[in-house]
Amino acid sequence: MTQTDFTKLVLPFKDKVFRLAKRLLVSREEAEDATQEILMKLWDKRQKIKEYRNIEAFAMTMTKNFCLDRLKSKQAQNLKIVHSNYQDNNTSLQKQVEAKDSVDWVSKMIEELPEQQKIILQLRDIEEYDFDEIAKVVDMNPTAIRVALSRARKTIREKLTKTHRYGIN
Amino acid sequence: MVLINIEQLLEKYDNGETTIKEEQELKAYFSQDEVAPHLESYKAMFQYFNTTKQEDLYTKDVPLKTKKSNIYQWISVAALLVLSLGIFTTQFGNDKKTLGSLTDEELIAYNQAVEVLDLVGSKFDQGESNMAAFGLMSNKLSQGVDKFEHVTEFSETTNKIFKSKKKKQNK
Repeated sequence: MTQTDFTKLVLPFKDKVFRLAKRLLVSREEAEDATQEILMKLWDKRQKIKEYRNIEAFAMTMTKNFCLDRLKSKQAQNLKIVHSNYQDNNTSLQKQVEAKDSVDWVSKMIEELPEQQKIILQLRDIEEYDFDEIAKVVDMNPTAIRVALSRARKTIREKLTKTHRYGIN
Repeated sequence: MVLINIEQLLEKYDNGETTIKEEQELKAYFSQDEVAPHLESYKAMFQYFNTTKQEDLYTKDVPLKTKKSNIYQWISVAALLVLSLGIFTTQFGNDKKTLGSLTDEELIAYNQAVEVLDLVGSKFDQGESNMAAFGLMSNKLSQGVDKFEHVTEFSETTNKIFKSKKKKQNK
């Protein structure tokens, strides 16, 4: 498999890998590193890659596992302190300015969700995967995915309604 | 799109029962500017879904290293080893054997080889005796050459005589 073949193969889902990594790791740099790591791993396995029936699902599963590992590792724990800075609720001027951007709220709300729900919401509402595909990535049955998705959506909607009514939460 | 329809879809959506097509309808509805006031809170959410998909792109290059298979290098190394080993053994490795140290089989083979060589040698001798005729001929030839030398000697002296005669005439 040449580099061009590989690029063609990877092109349709490399952004999805990146977005899932960013959803889980929050920081853009971290997500870029993770994506690079995943693509390199795929490149190393390029001889066997034809054997996988669904390369995209395989790549997404790899990404999910890789990012969860990163979060568990000590290095990532340090990172978390850096990136959850804005989660404290003191209403500085900057916070108020930021909060005006309601689209930004949504990303913060998703960030507060449990990881499983984050992944499912990301795959469903942003990448528009169907339930079978999500099932392959997260290794859950479709009913459980439906339940988790419903919880995630309801949580976000409740928070959004609150913010919409009272302003900054 | 009818508002009631949207509300129904939203309820299904919250329960995780919508299909992807229905969700796309919702996204399309909320991407327009005018949205029913009581649904305003959903708008940010669907807009967020739409924008992240379009904006968050992975643009970095990935360095893909093609590992060159160095099997040819190793083959050349192996070839060099075999070659040098061969030279070494032929140069230094041949211990001379005496007839006494040979086994019976080797002796037989040795004797056979000697016989064959003898046969070849005798044939050579026959050939050589045939060559004797050539030797005789060349001998006669060299005798002829000697006689020819006498002839040239003779012609040289006659020339001298002619020259001296011409000189005398000129005088």
